[in-house]
Amino acid sequence: MTIEILMPALSPTMEEGTLAKWLVNEGDSISSGDLIAEIETDKATMEVEAVDDGKIGQLLVPAGTEGVKVNTPIALLIDSTELPHASIKNIADKPYLEKEKIAPELKMVKPITLEPNSSIITVREALRNAMAEEMRSDKNVFVMGEEVAEYQGAYKVTQGLLDEFGDKRVYDTPITEHGFAGIGIGAAFGNLKPIVEFMTFNFAMQAMDQIINSAAKTLYMSGGQMGCPIVFRGPNGAASRVAAQHSQCYASWYAHCPGLKVVSPWSSKDAKGLLKSAIRDPDPVIFLENEVMYGQSFNCPDNEDFLLPIGKANVEKEGSDVTIIAFSIMVGKSLEAAEILHEKGINAEVVNLRSLRPLDLDTIINSVKKTNRVVTCEEGFPFAGIGAEISAVVNENAFDWLDAPVKRVTGKDVPMPYAANLEKLALPQVDDIVNACSEVCYKD
Amino acid sequence: MKKNTSTKTLNESKMNYDLELLKDMYQKMLLIRRFEEKAGQLYGMGKIGGFCHLYIGQEAVVVGIQSAQIEGDSIVTSYRDHGHMIACDMDPKGVMAELTGREDGYSKGKGGSMHMFSREKGFFGGHGIVAAQVPIGAGLAFAHKYNGNKNVSITYFGDGAANQGQVYESYNIASLWKLPVIFVIENNKYGMGTSVNRSSAGDNLSDRGKAYGIKSEIVDGMDIIAVRDAAIRAIEYCRSGKGPYILEMKTYRYRGHSMSDPAKYRTRDEVEKIRKTSDPIENIKILLNKMGVEDKALKDIDVKIKSKIADAAKFAQDSPEPSEAELYTDITIN
Repeated sequence: MTIEILMPALSPTMEEGTLAKWLVNEGDSISSGDLIAEIETDKATMEVEAVDDGKIGQLLVPAGTEGVKVNTPIALLIDSTELPHASIKNIADKPYLEKEKIAPELKMVKPITLEPNSSIITVREALRNAMAEEMRSDKNVFVMGEEVAEYQGAYKVTQGLLDEFGDKRVYDTPITEHGFAGIGIGAAFGNLKPIVEFMTFNFAMQAMDQIINSAAKTLYMSGGQMGCPIVFRGPNGAASRVAAQHSQCYASWYAHCPGLKVVSPWSSKDAKGLLKSAIRDPDPVIFLENEVMYGQSFNCPDNEDFLLPIGKANVEKEGSDVTIIAFSIMVGKSLEAAEILHEKGINAEVVNLRSLRPLDLDTIINSVKKTNRVVTCEEGFPFAGIGAEISAVVNENAFDWLDAPVKRVTGKDVPMPYAANLEKLALPQVDDIVNACSEVCYKD
Repeated sequence: MKKNTSTKTLNESKMNYDLELLKDMYQKMLLIRRFEEKAGQLYGMGKIGGFCHLYIGQEAVVVGIQSAQIEGDSIVTSYRDHGHMIACDMDPKGVMAELTGREDGYSKGKGGSMHMFSREKGFFGGHGIVAAQVPIGAGLAFAHKYNGNKNVSITYFGDGAANQGQVYESYNIASLWKLPVIFVIENNKYGMGTSVNRSSAGDNLSDRGKAYGIKSEIVDGMDIIAVRDAAIRAIEYCRSGKGPYILEMKTYRYRGHSMSDPAKYRTRDEVEKIRKTSDPIENIKILLNKMGVEDKALKDIDVKIKSKIADAAKFAQDSPEPSEAELYTDITIN
């Protein structure tokens, strides 16, 4: 009898991990519950327990292997009476060992060419670097939030900050968003520069009153006296299979309210340049990250003074037939859609908004004047969403330039379902963008 | 916990108080009262709009505490804030001009009665959402601690706010992180029209600090000397780095919750009785008399204050409305 021990999924978004260390050797007898290996995900290092009794017949994946896909067999468990390897006469009998490459290629991601004065780093590292650099240069910058210090961040974004800056600059808070958001705002009124992490923006709903009524409005109500230089940051939008209360894009909620700046990066470069600008900004900034993007790698400038201006969009790909306007994770999906559209003879321009408020009207309108067609993309709900706002400003400012009505690609108008198939249906996909662009170009 | 059960009779020991200090506190309380009376009058004339919450009756709380503060301490409170601003030495002209919505108001006419600020005087508002100022006050204390200065944050809130969840989120963090914040509960017995015993479980609001390990006291908030003494203890405790402190001030507002409140939830007798027996200004006046200050001298103070308030009222009505360009300023800094 041989049982395959499979690479386990250790978080909702984990697709692969590093087999950091074996805690058993071939030939060891093990019981259910014994620790057999350490696996590193992009969020944490976890220990894996045996679920069956038996003897380790063979370790199929050597310790230190990166990129081991979930459900790949990593070891074989044999009867305690068998000899190791005895059940496997020849490794060729197990074709998956050959076929299943241990380090699978990342899907959707093309090889990245290193740019000058840059490093290829993940969005997570870019965010962390941005915070660390700003904390080094300004002693009034500090970080607070749930699990940001000793745990190193629920999504590891604050990893290492406690070690470098100590507990006077990095604070673990209780799970009380309303309270700690308010304390952050008070500290900002007291001339400090807090970075308040929400574990996700879903939980920031608890703090909405403080964010809107205290952070956003007090400058105005004080006739300009009470600036609030604070950054609220954390993952926004859908993660994976976590259902309605943990999967929502709040971009339009915050962008609705005067007094706030709302920023949403896509790449590592965006993440670093925009977060550094947000920390230096004298106004309250809502910084909407995306959990799915944390582990993705991009070129990112090394320069410690690299800043991206808040309120400025970026044309990620030039085109002439249709303008796709997106932010955050939807920028990547829009670029994929643009490639498919290219094959269909449609040359799409992709605008990465980067900031939702202030909205870069000039870049949007200039692009519309060039392409005469607009498709907006967001994960959020359609009703009164970012796409609705863009549609309105395009109407008001470039109506005569339009050759087709503005088309919105959005999340469906439903709470996020849990089931995998329904979740996929609820989220905007590359095909939806392709179809919307074909439609406004009047092509099938 | 220490319960202050002092009666309204004036204790002889109070005669040992510094006369100049007592006179100063008397003047400040009277200035607040006259200011509020004038604000009520201007409201009745339609010169002040919106909500307007008067502090009449509660003057001893803020003046007593203010007398124990030092330069650089932060003060933050709710929307019943006129008294706090005057106690912070903000100019009654600027406060009144804000009430009338004019350009010389502390917020250029864009905040109104409930939302005024003066960084210069350490007054951080003036907040319109019940209890929102409590975590903000804890945050100001955080800034004092972070900067390593000896200042404290005085965070006022009412008995109504004391049931809000964010108060307890703030207690928890303030106690965990030993923030130098004095939580002052101004218990005036009614959260709008609901009496404390109809809204709040348990005997005393201050008892709730125990769960967080926060030291607390109940104080007769109508007795300015008791208030000052308690404030000195609380501030000393906070300044020495021991963490937060709760002062529950038993006080009373003579007017309605706001100008539009008919106050049917209590009897006229109740108000009259407290006015007659416990008025903080009358009581200190008696003490000053006993200490040898003559009625004439007190009268002179009153005349001066009335004239100051008349000037403020005139200023507030003469100041122009903000220019229309102000609509789009101060939304963000850049």
